[in-house]
Amino acid sequence: MTFTFNGLAQIAVFFLILLLLTKPVGLYLVAVFEKKNTWFEPVLRPVEKAFYWISGVKEDEEQDWKAYTVSMLVFTVAGLLLLYAIERLQDKLPLNPMHQSAVDPALAWNTAVSFSTNTNWQNYSGETTMSYLTQMMGLAFHNFTSAAVGIVLAVAVIRGFVRRSGKSLGNFWVDLTRCMLYLLLPICIVGALFLVWQGVPETFNGSAVVTSLEGFKQTIALGPVASQEVIKMLGTNGGGFFNANSAHPFENPTNFTNLVEMLWIFTFGAGLLYFFGKVAGNTKIGWALFGAVSFLFLAAAVICFGAEQNGNPLLNTVHATKDAVVSVDQTYHEYALAQPGGNMEGKEMRFGIGSSTLFATVTTDASCGAVNSWHDSYTPIGGMIPMLNIALGEIVFGGVGSGHYGLLMFAVLAVFIAGLMVGRTPEYLGKKIEQQEVKMASLGLLILPLSILGFSAFAIVYPHGVSQISNPGPHGLSEILYAYTSMTGNNGSAFAGLSANTPFYNWTGGFAMLIGRFGFVIPIMALGGALAGKRIAPAGPGTLPTTGVLFSALVVGVILIVGALTFFPAYALGPIVEHLLMLAGKTF
Amino acid sequence: MASVTTAPAAEAAPAPEPRAETILHMVGRFIRPAIALTFLLTVVAGILYPLTITGIAQAIFPSQANGSLVYKNGQPIASSLIGQYWTQPQYFHGRPSATSPTPYNASNSGGSNLGPTNSALQAEIQANIDQVRKENPDVPDTTKIPIDLVTSSASGLDPDISVAGAYYQVPRIAKARGMTAAQVEDIINAHIQGRFMGIFGEDVVNVLELNMALDKAQGK
Repeated sequence: MTFTFNGLAQIAVFFLILLLLTKPVGLYLVAVFEKKNTWFEPVLRPVEKAFYWISGVKEDEEQDWKAYTVSMLVFTVAGLLLLYAIERLQDKLPLNPMHQSAVDPALAWNTAVSFSTNTNWQNYSGETTMSYLTQMMGLAFHNFTSAAVGIVLAVAVIRGFVRRSGKSLGNFWVDLTRCMLYLLLPICIVGALFLVWQGVPETFNGSAVVTSLEGFKQTIALGPVASQEVIKMLGTNGGGFFNANSAHPFENPTNFTNLVEMLWIFTFGAGLLYFFGKVAGNTKIGWALFGAVSFLFLAAAVICFGAEQNGNPLLNTVHATKDAVVSVDQTYHEYALAQPGGNMEGKEMRFGIGSSTLFATVTTDASCGAVNSWHDSYTPIGGMIPMLNIALGEIVFGGVGSGHYGLLMFAVLAVFIAGLMVGRTPEYLGKKIEQQEVKMASLGLLILPLSILGFSAFAIVYPHGVSQISNPGPHGLSEILYAYTSMTGNNGSAFAGLSANTPFYNWTGGFAMLIGRFGFVIPIMALGGALAGKRIAPAGPGTLPTTGVLFSALVVGVILIVGALTFFPAYALGPIVEHLLMLAGKTF
Repeated sequence: MASVTTAPAAEAAPAPEPRAETILHMVGRFIRPAIALTFLLTVVAGILYPLTITGIAQAIFPSQANGSLVYKNGQPIASSLIGQYWTQPQYFHGRPSATSPTPYNASNSGGSNLGPTNSALQAEIQANIDQVRKENPDVPDTTKIPIDLVTSSASGLDPDISVAGAYYQVPRIAKARGMTAAQVEDIINAHIQGRFMGIFGEDVVNVLELNMALDKAQGK
């Protein structure tokens, strides 16, 4: 591990800015979902009403958890089918200046599932596969709606936790509409224009052709990038317009955009924690969870940075053939001969080590999956951190919504386990945690590793699965593990060396994404539904306090113990053994 | 869709006929809003939103919206944000690019994705070191090569190199152009882009900017 003052300062300042944003964002979420007035009311309220009128939605009608969940499922399936149809027909539809052909069925299935589950795993290269119409109407639409669905599900679960009477969790259609109109679209309009100002293209013309000063002809892919980029980050989708994703200078041209894009990823996750405390009537409850995930975030960011800044020791032994003493310099320098040093393979110069590893941590803490550097080329420990972040359930600020309800599940388990240990009544927010709640939380907890480890094991024994590996040795196992971790976790980032655009990976990956999204959210909704009907008991002397540092530490402990016990055996064979072999000078 | 027919029935408990919900009711309750909102939100988020953004962007930021193209004598020579493949000795060279089929292919971005213990990575670094040494024979053997000059960038289109990476190329460029090393270093120092807020990212120099400044300094 090697640390620089600047690298640590980047992590610290980023965290401080996030901290400052949390309360205002949380308060705005309260306004949107508790139907208080927002600034946009005069303009958007008529539009909102028109939406309900056309859709036949009764604004004041509340749904229980089953009706809410079924509404969400029907809506998601409708969008999934529409995207599949657009992909298959894109060669016959307008806005296709580069004449992309129709997407083949397996890839279209994988992509349709991927975008409708907020995963945005991409087995294709955007600039060579998708027409502008597909990118806009198909993919950008899902960037919005899958994010909105995640947020409203979290809001519904929160209502179950805090409501004092009744069994209803709100109305899915109303929450969805308000989330789109009042929350996502206004921020996206401002954000997209900010990105264009910084250099992100926004055009419907085809590629630009330039001739360099040396006479090389270069064809530069363009498109309506900015409008997609902002929702890609804000909605923790992560599916890039270009293959290189947020490493591409047109998606992320400056360190200003890089900082803002990272903040977008965490904004709603942090805001929802404040929202939770606020509607529960005690913001300390939200801050206790904020503290827990902040610890996990900072620890991961520091380790990932240290591992990458240390560089790849194997490269220090590579010398020039002709003059055998000349080797590379991986040390960090400031001032006159400034250079980032460290492991720069697969990283962009303007981001260096600090802004690359911070981005990698943020994008996998949340279920974003956008990348501004290639995780496959990270050192074994540096690359294990993103993978572990996803495997723990992306609950560190988390994907929009999904991270929040995932974290609530851990909070319930923490309360239950602590209750068992000290003989106190398991209660959360004054509601008794009983058989049904613990069952549902455990079910949600078990489904993710089952999908990750199950599909990975299958791919490893299946000859075709292994044949798609690009980096041999233990790193190959990491590539497969990362793929199913990312798809199950609805993250979408990759150890991209794996050639996953094959029918096998497209189909199994599609199922992993569906399981990761719905196999997880349905038990959580049931948990919220079960809690919704419960009476709130006043806190007594036997109640475990769920505010303060002790509870934060307890939540962190549960997350780490569960995560470590589940995944340590697999990681021991992948990144950990690779790290030891790297130190021993072994290559494959 | 079995769940559609069973799940909501439980919800309707207080109603007079709890289980009498017909298919028509189901369509009204779930299918209609699903289809209507999918349509409406596609129109808003998939069509109106990008068209609005494109309209405004083209009006107020026309250069950036169309790829930040740089012109010389009326001809587009580059995008200021997209790296290019430089081979001639009188120009600064960028980082290795792993795009296929040719380096700096700006319609198929990407990195090498080589893992840290893959022997192919060692071989690639070795080849890059040899290339850099061949191009810069006047740099003393005691000078180590900055890591960014021999590693592939993430996008394959990295427009920047480190300050150290630019200084490494000074002897070659000075010789090829008949300039003094100090003149070339002055050009580098004048084009260092600092960190954002003094904290985020790295000090870099944009290769295209340097090369245009070199040409300008010699009146080309």
